[in-house]
Amino acid sequence: MGNASFNLAYFGYMLQGAAWTVGLSALGFIGGGILGALVALARISRRTPVRWAASLYIQVIQGIPLLVLMFLCYFGLGLMGYDVPALAAAACAMSVYASAYLGDIWRGCLQAVPRAQWEAAECLGLSPAQRMLCVIVPQALRLATPSTVGFLVQIVKNTSLASVVGFVELVRAGQMVNNTLFEPFAVFSLMAVLYFAMCYPLSRWSYALERRLKTGRRTRLAA
Amino acid sequence: MQYSFDYSSVLEYWPQFLHGAWLTIQLSFGATVLGFALGSLCAAASNSRSRWLPRIVGIYVEVIRNTPLLVQLFLTYFGLSSIGLPMSATVAAMATLVVNVGAYTTEIMRAGMDSVSPGQIEAAECLGLSRLQIYWHVILQPAMERVYPALTSQFVLMMLATSITSQISAEELTAVANLVQSMTYRAFETYMVTAAMYLCLALLMRAGFTLLGLVLFPRRRKLGTPI
Repeated sequence: MGNASFNLAYFGYMLQGAAWTVGLSALGFIGGGILGALVALARISRRTPVRWAASLYIQVIQGIPLLVLMFLCYFGLGLMGYDVPALAAAACAMSVYASAYLGDIWRGCLQAVPRAQWEAAECLGLSPAQRMLCVIVPQALRLATPSTVGFLVQIVKNTSLASVVGFVELVRAGQMVNNTLFEPFAVFSLMAVLYFAMCYPLSRWSYALERRLKTGRRTRLAA
Repeated sequence: MQYSFDYSSVLEYWPQFLHGAWLTIQLSFGATVLGFALGSLCAAASNSRSRWLPRIVGIYVEVIRNTPLLVQLFLTYFGLSSIGLPMSATVAAMATLVVNVGAYTTEIMRAGMDSVSPGQIEAAECLGLSRLQIYWHVILQPAMERVYPALTSQFVLMMLATSITSQISAEELTAVANLVQSMTYRAFETYMVTAAMYLCLALLMRAGFTLLGLVLFPRRRKLGTPI
């Protein structure tokens, strides 16, 4: 084989990349969560133009590949005269991408809270903000958890695309290791195993949450 | 911000863009058809009485669904060629997409097949239908009718995901964009054009699937409600 063999140092480097994958996923989820909550609220707004704008946003973002979003964020932020680190561009792209999907999921969950709950809150004289925060959101959260955790798996997997703008997460780290060792099968298999180790527990968790929700109360999940 | 946008230098490359979009369409079409066939077979296998088939399908689905497409592509294209199974980028891209979308289709179709009530199947057995007839008329078609919306959105997502195959140098739309931006140095404009093209493809695909649904499932159209 080549002049170097796979050793702990390489493995450590890939683990470090995996840590950045987790970090970027967290950034994407937080950014996407905040934006997504706004999108979900806008989507059920009483004002028609706001609803349309949110719906257009979702349609557009869901019609563009994340890879292209990555490039757009990377080069777009650069155009505005900032010297963007790859992490910022990737986090920005992940947030925008996640917001469209999370906004759509959460909109479904907000609307799945029975109409009577909204009306009852109104009859009790709660302000719109109180109604949302104290009555609707707590119930919608229960409905939203399984699909949100499920989407987290998508986020973790899709951070792999940040490698194209030069952010050193797991895939990029693996590519660099492969460039020195030239053992693609072993290196990429290890990469797959590491991703699996991150995603599988989340998948199982999402599945378990969904089961609990279904047995706990008969509700149909809109997502 | 002192930057003047210049789309004309990018749009000069429209024949290349169209060429790339054509390969994107071909990849999407192939992966949709073959992936659907694979997924339906696997869904049937996972409902079979055999001891091993459902487990094997389960492992296949979990492994594919919990690893990124990018890694799967690298493993197919670079990994398999290094252990003596070389293939061209387009073939590797197509094979990986089929295997990938097959796993998602399996999950969706299984959900659809589970929703067919056992009474229907028993009734079909009493009427003396063969196993193949039962499978085709009583299980597969109604199952597909129920999961059609989920299935189509999965296929649209897959079309968008074909962009990832540019990373193994399959010359589809995104790869063309990478090439054009390296020649024009107009990266932002190039990717804006690319994004617009993907958006059009996605909208066309959704519209196409809606029309196809109307043709395929006349029952739904006549009732005016999903079953």
